[in-house]
Amino acid sequence: MSLEPKGAASTPPAFDYAPAPESRAVVRLRSSYGLFIDGAFVEPIDGSTFKTVSPSTEEVLAEVTCAGPLDVAAAVAAARAAFEGPWGKMAGRERAKYLYRIARLIQERSRELAVVETLDNGKPIKESRDVDVPLAAAHFFYYAGWADKLEHAGYGPSPRALGVAGQVIPWNFPLLMAAWKLAPALATGNTCVLKPAETTPLSALVLADILQQAELPDGVVNILTGDGATGAALVAHDGVDKIAFTGSTEVGRRIAEAVAGTRKHLTLELGGKAANIVFADAALDQAVEGIVNGIFFNQGHVCCAGSRLLVEESVAPTVVAMLKRRLGTLRLGDPMDKNTDIGAINSAEQLGRIVALADAGEEEGAERWSPPCTLPEKGWWFPPTVFTDVSPAHRIAREEIFGPVLSVLTFRTPDEAVEKANNTTYGLSAGVWTEKGSRILDMASRLRAGVVWANTFNRFDPASPFGGFKESGFGREGGRQGLGAYLDV
Amino acid sequence: MQTVGDVGARTVPIDDVVAPAYRDAATKEVAALISSEERLARFLAGLPAVDKVGCEQRAAALATRSIKATSKLHAIGLAISMIDLTTLEGSDTDGKVRTLCAKARRPEPTDDAVPPVAAVCVYPDLVATARRALVGSGVAVASVATGFPSGRASLAVKLADVADAVAAGADEVDMVIDRGAFLQGEFGRVVGEVVAVKEACAGAHLKVILETGELATYDNVRRAAWLAMLGGADFVKTSTGKVSPASTVPVALVLLEAVRDFSSVTGRAVGVKVAGGIRTSKDAIRYLVAVNETVGPEWLVPERFRLGASSLLNDLLRQRRKQLTGEYAGSDDLSVE
Repeated sequence: MSLEPKGAASTPPAFDYAPAPESRAVVRLRSSYGLFIDGAFVEPIDGSTFKTVSPSTEEVLAEVTCAGPLDVAAAVAAARAAFEGPWGKMAGRERAKYLYRIARLIQERSRELAVVETLDNGKPIKESRDVDVPLAAAHFFYYAGWADKLEHAGYGPSPRALGVAGQVIPWNFPLLMAAWKLAPALATGNTCVLKPAETTPLSALVLADILQQAELPDGVVNILTGDGATGAALVAHDGVDKIAFTGSTEVGRRIAEAVAGTRKHLTLELGGKAANIVFADAALDQAVEGIVNGIFFNQGHVCCAGSRLLVEESVAPTVVAMLKRRLGTLRLGDPMDKNTDIGAINSAEQLGRIVALADAGEEEGAERWSPPCTLPEKGWWFPPTVFTDVSPAHRIAREEIFGPVLSVLTFRTPDEAVEKANNTTYGLSAGVWTEKGSRILDMASRLRAGVVWANTFNRFDPASPFGGFKESGFGREGGRQGLGAYLDV
Repeated sequence: MQTVGDVGARTVPIDDVVAPAYRDAATKEVAALISSEERLARFLAGLPAVDKVGCEQRAAALATRSIKATSKLHAIGLAISMIDLTTLEGSDTDGKVRTLCAKARRPEPTDDAVPPVAAVCVYPDLVATARRALVGSGVAVASVATGFPSGRASLAVKLADVADAVAAGADEVDMVIDRGAFLQGEFGRVVGEVVAVKEACAGAHLKVILETGELATYDNVRRAAWLAMLGGADFVKTSTGKVSPASTVPVALVLLEAVRDFSSVTGRAVGVKVAGGIRTSKDAIRYLVAVNETVGPEWLVPERFRLGASSLLNDLLRQRRKQLTGEYAGSDDLSVE
């Protein structure tokens, strides 16, 4: 099989894509940022500072504050005051106006947000521009519509807000996860203390600026940058009525322990090891696109990533060959280049985890393959990688890698596909590729996963609830169901 | 005189990138396959389906490629060299065709770096005029035939139409398939006409127009492309330009996948021509990106990819000047066709 370009003699000059970098001019990063408490950027009381760097260049982008316990207390107090004050008493239709305003401001400042996100996170600009930012705006628009209709949402005639919500979010979709948390909480009348991830604080700080611009009443949203200790202090704080967390199952477990026995409500959206199931009758060219989108979107830093490809044995060689050829066209490099498909790994720590698990896959006997690609010298990078001959017992088939690494397994019958797909401690998402409608419905009813995509993957919509089975967590975000996470029901 | 070159001689190694249905087909004699309506129908039904949503999503993703600076200049030059400069109007005259031919030979008279277009495409009765106007230019003469654009004529009439064009000096023939026959499941008739026309071409290169706008589904487009290739097409072509929708990037994507798979199975490289509604450089470059990323740079040559268009050429020239000088040309700075 020849996947490499053909011999030089008959090969026309390559159609190389010249660099097409997005301009950074739209962003004015400050050299340092305080904490956003009670409607203003303030100096910390007992916090310290740390630097946030660009994962693609290791360039220091800004100095940000690591909030200490007293800062957490101040933020919770501000949120409490806002809840007892103007926000808690405000009519839903008035709250909606603020949400609509935030949504429009996100759209107006979309280029700035996309550039900040890409700089701080390392994801390709085309993804932050076409996915993260538009979806963030869409979530605010969607929940703005619910704010004055809560009595029709199926939670009783007069559903009440919980109070102060502590929200801890991950680094893979920093702005989008902030929107997923804030929009339903605000629509239902709660106030919030949001803790962005340690490695990706910047887009939340731009969002703080947007909240000021929207003239959201002081204290309704407070944003505390910081590390794991900041998050732990927020989770442990007495003044918080609700904890919403998105992140690793390991941290989620610790949060559940900390919250157990308290009055606090809890929703967790944790890890995943999704099966992407391709039947022989599938539209194969599109299935290959779905496989690529499923695991290489956002460098595989996606909790619902389709990291286990289950492909029917009769078409497995074909699908793997098609997939390998397609991976040869992926462009890895400068995330700010509009033609980049695969950006940088978010942190040295995460890169270490990916490398360790990929090495384990090789040691356990799976066949490792990556397309030829040159990794930049600075920053943290990992090539798109496919493992074939993977057994369900291998670590790479069981543990969440959270990187651009696909494990390929095969199956013979629909029952075997279901059995293998469900044979995981997780249950966040799954994909089914077949031209047979009845099989889609049958598979969807038997797969133990919060989302089952049919003939597509990694499609998100604010109207569609998202959440996990088993160790992928509990509670739903998005849709009417997402309101329930912030209402006293 | 330049012809499209011996497309059949360029072979691509048979690799594993091929679905089982294709592999089955490869082991059978193509002749046996196309001689039986029943076998043909079974074969076409066995081709992998095309998912509409996914196909259009992929096309939209390809459209976001940002082609700038040197790449853009390269792409513009490439696109010019791939144009079938076309006039297919009832009002066409000898004068109109001669004007078009002059433009085809030297699209940018003040700049030798601009290549001539690939071909001039006219109705059969104007082939002789084009032939005379293009002597020594390296630009091929293409003619539509077979009762273009509807194809609603008897096979005898269609073949006479082809013979006429070839006798007048056409290097390339653009035939239309019988969409009616295709839609009522008479696949043997469709492929039989392609075989007959190929023979009537007597060495002229055959482009088979599928008129994808009338085939309605991407599955049909894929099947029709296979029929054309099995019948001996040198090119598969999207549209006549007389039916809306004409060429779209998703349709081109399906054709490119089909020629890629066909080449994997048979080793024979078939070209793709997109036609109709391609007016801007941006449109043209989107197609080139789709070619590059679907079937590879080996198809980025005029022998394997064509753009059927008329007003596109001036937009390419305008964008080219912009790339070189930083300024847009006014509408009267470029010659009309």
